[in-house]
Parts: sequence; C-alpha cells; structure tokens
Amino acid sequence: MKKDIICTICPKGCTVTVEGEAGAVTSITGFGCKRGQEYATAEFTSHVRILTTTVKIEGRDSDLLPVRSSRPLPKEKILDCMAVIKEVSVKAPVSQYDVIVENICGTGIDIVATKTMQ
Amino acid sequence: MYNMKYDVVVVGGGPAGLAAAVSAKEEGAEKVLIIERDNALGGILQQCIHPGFGLTRFKEELTGPEYYSRFTEKADALGVEYLLNSMVLEVNTEAKQVICTSGEYGMVCVTCGSIVLAMGCRERTRAGIVVPGTRPAGLYTAGSAQRLVNRQNIMVGKKVVILGSGDIGMIMARRMTLEGAEVVMVVELMDYLAGLTRNRVQCLDDFGIPLKLAHTITKIEGNERVTGVYVAPVDENKKPILEQEEFVPCDTVLFSVGLIPENELSKKASIAISPVTNGPIVNQHMQTSSEGVFACGNVVHVNDLVDNVSSESETAGKFAARYAMGNIPAETKTVTCKTGRNVRYICPHTISLSKEAETVDLYFRVLMPEMGAKLVAKCGDEVIAQKKEIKVNPGEMNHITVNTGKITGDLTVEVIKED
Repeated sequence: MKKDIICTICPKGCTVTVEGEAGAVTSITGFGCKRGQEYATAEFTSHVRILTTTVKIEGRDSDLLPVRSSRPLPKEKILDCMAVIKEVSVKAPVSQYDVIVENICGTGIDIVATKTMQ
Repeated sequence: MYNMKYDVVVVGGGPAGLAAAVSAKEEGAEKVLIIERDNALGGILQQCIHPGFGLTRFKEELTGPEYYSRFTEKADALGVEYLLNSMVLEVNTEAKQVICTSGEYGMVCVTCGSIVLAMGCRERTRAGIVVPGTRPAGLYTAGSAQRLVNRQNIMVGKKVVILGSGDIGMIMARRMTLEGAEVVMVVELMDYLAGLTRNRVQCLDDFGIPLKLAHTITKIEGNERVTGVYVAPVDENKKPILEQEEFVPCDTVLFSVGLIPENELSKKASIAISPVTNGPIVNQHMQTSSEGVFACGNVVHVNDLVDNVSSESETAGKFAARYAMGNIPAETKTVTCKTGRNVRYICPHTISLSKEAETVDLYFRVLMPEMGAKLVAKCGDEVIAQKKEIKVNPGEMNHITVNTGKITGDLTVEVIKED
C-alpha cells in the first residue's frame, strides 16, 4: 500500500509518500524534517489529532474555559470525546493544565484547561 | 485630564503588544505601559482555542491561550503595567503623547519616550466584498463568530456556508462541526487555498467538508434569517458563470475574506502607510516614518504565524526602549527594499544602515503559487543572499536573511523559477 500524506506538523505542509503493509513502513520519502517523518509514520497506521474545545463554568452564562487533550487523540474518537465534554462543567477558580476530564473515553489521555480562570 | 509618564507606551495588548512590552523591559526601559481596549490581555489569541501556535518559537504545539499566557506571565514578572478597558483616541508623534479614555481614570494623557503601535487588524466584512442579496440575521465574519462561540458561549447557527478559505474560515468550519452544526461547504474565489495546507487537512478533510475552489456566493437569500445562498463557479477573470449557479440551503454564512490592518490612529498621526500592506512603512527596527514611533504585528502586515509576530514585535520593543534611552545607532544611509519577480511586498520596507553591520530578516509574500523556487536578495546585479524553497504560496510568508554589511544600495527581492 502507498499513501501520500500531507504533513500538518508545521505550515510548510510537505507531501510525504509512505509505502508499507499492515502498519509496517517499508519506504518513506518527501519529509522535510525528523518530526515530519515521525508524523507520517504514525499517520500511515493511525490518525491522531489534538482536540480543543470549551467547557461551561458554573454560575457564568457568558464565559467559557478553553480545554485541550493533553496528547493527540485517535481521530475516530473525537466526536465521542466531544459528547462527553459537552456534559462537563467546572467551578472556578481553575489553573492552566488542571485536569478537567481524566482518561477520556478510555484513551488514557486527559482533557486539561489551557487557561487560568479566577 | 489625568497625566501619566512612561518610557515606552504600547498601543494594544495582543501578541504583538505583549512581545514588544516584554522585550522593551528586557532591553532596559524602566516603565512600560500597555493600553488595551478589551477587558483582558491576549488579543485574538483569547478566542483561538485551537492548537498550532508556537511550533517555531517554543518547538511545541500550543493553543492560543497557552501561547499568550507565556507572555503575560513574563510581562507580570518583569513589571509591565497595563490599562485595560481603555481606548486610545490619539497618538501625538511630535510630543510623544498618547491620549486614551479609561474606565478607571477617565481621559488620560500618557507622555512617553517612544511609542509602539500594535493595534492588529480587523476582518473584511460582507460589505467589503459586496455580496448581493438581502440583509437577514445569520451573517457573521468568521472571527466574530469565533469570539461568540469560544468566549461568549453563543452558538451562531446550525447549517453553515463559509465564504473564503482563509485560516480562520477553515478553523471555524471544524469548530462549528465539533459543536454540532453542519458545515455544508467552504467556497473560495481563487483556484488555490487562501490559508495553510495543514488547516485544510485537519479542519476540512478530517470532517469531509467540501472545498469549492474557483467558486463564489452570488446572492444571499432570506428575510429575517438566512435561508440559503446561490453559489456559482467563476471564470478565469473571477466572473461568476451564472448558468451554473446553484441554490445551497443554509441558516448561517461566515465570511473569511481577508484582514485589514487597523491604522486609523497611524493615519491620523500622519504616519506613512504602504498602499500594498495597508500598514505603516517600517525599517528593520520596525520604526515608522515618525521617529520614535514603532509598529509591529498585524497592524504592519497580516501575518499567518503568531511566532513571526512575536519576533518582529521583540525587535520593535527592543528599539523602542533604545530610542527612549537615546541609544539608537546613528544612521549613515537608508536603502529601500524593492519587489522583484513574484514578490508582492517586503517587510521591512527600508533598511537603515549604520556603522555596525547587523543581520536582517526580510519577510515577504509571493503573488502566485510556484513549485521549485529560488529566493534571491540582490543589490544591483550582486546577489547578497539566496535560498531554495520546494514551493512558494501567497498564503504562506517567506523570509530571507541578509547582512547589512553587504548592502551597497537599494535591495531587490525576487523569486526565480527553478526546474
């Protein structure tokens, strides 16, 4: 199997050509840096993305807490994670990188605050 | 009027203003003030909750709030002062005074040693591109929709068409999808993407959102609320082919059709403005045509990466501090940076030469996409810097570094096609 993967690590957007079978990469060309090589290798077998969204703050109607996944999540889990996060609300104060949802959807990845809220 | 005195005053507390203020302080300016009209520092990054910031600068992928908090923390630690909810009304370049209205002090006059303009930019609206049709509810610029959704907890619609493939438009396509809306399509007038390729991959392709290149919205329909838009392909002259027009039902239209540097203050202060970038003409120290007045970030030229904004703003802050302390290198000559083949504009516009040679990063945008390109900076026929790129694209800023010691006269930057 041969796949052209557009690298999303940086704005250059290199097109990396990966060849291989059943998750094992046999040839990889077109990457511009080491991170790009790693990205394309990972993307060849499984797609992962950082998820960012917001959660409600109790008692505040027009203010939101921005959050992110601490690490990239499997792409196919993103909408499931959104459904969980939608039901979550937090009490201020919150510090940057406080865990808001632990081990979301059994991925082993946490949803953390990206902002300190007084 | 309430009077204040500072060494450096920075107008705007977004990423540009924050970086300038921190660097002015680090360079030795004693009293540095940021004046910000919003109720918090951080500017547009407060609503940019998505990742992708800081890859160049911090070598990690940060969200907007994480990126600006690194600067606000530094600003706090260094003792940068700020006035929030304060709107600057006038900049007096001769007297070095900044007049603003503040919720706390009323009318304020700040006298200072130097001024940094960091007002950023605002979005072009539907009126700016003249889309025919009615004026129902449900029409937003992508950035105002982003503020409503991400900061104010207001969902703007359920079935969305986005005009313009700029980065904010694509990021809002993903955001609206995650929040449960259906994004019907992204419509782009040009036959290439306006924003970054990585955003097409992770914001459109990931969610199967169609991108219609070389198409435009020909008419908006709806009385109280948008009911739909007509979309048509365009010919090589960007003229809609009306025979192929199609009705697309939707309740919301987001416009991501360009950003305009916000220079009302600069113009009122008679600072020279470039007709290409619509921002102040600056030298490599980010000094404008008015001595002691510096400018940086999107008020000068619209950047695609905040990392670039931070670095040029640090230059502005550093030299604003030096100016305030009477420590700017004496100029021996000024040369102009001229655009050659496939170069739309260059920032800085001029280079001030002094006895000390320095390295200068010239940032520029190309006019059209090209594969296999060589970027060249030359004085007359003499090449003083060159660099190869796999591809160049108007949506992605390029840069080339020159040493001022090699500059003999006006400098030309050009892109040469390589096979």
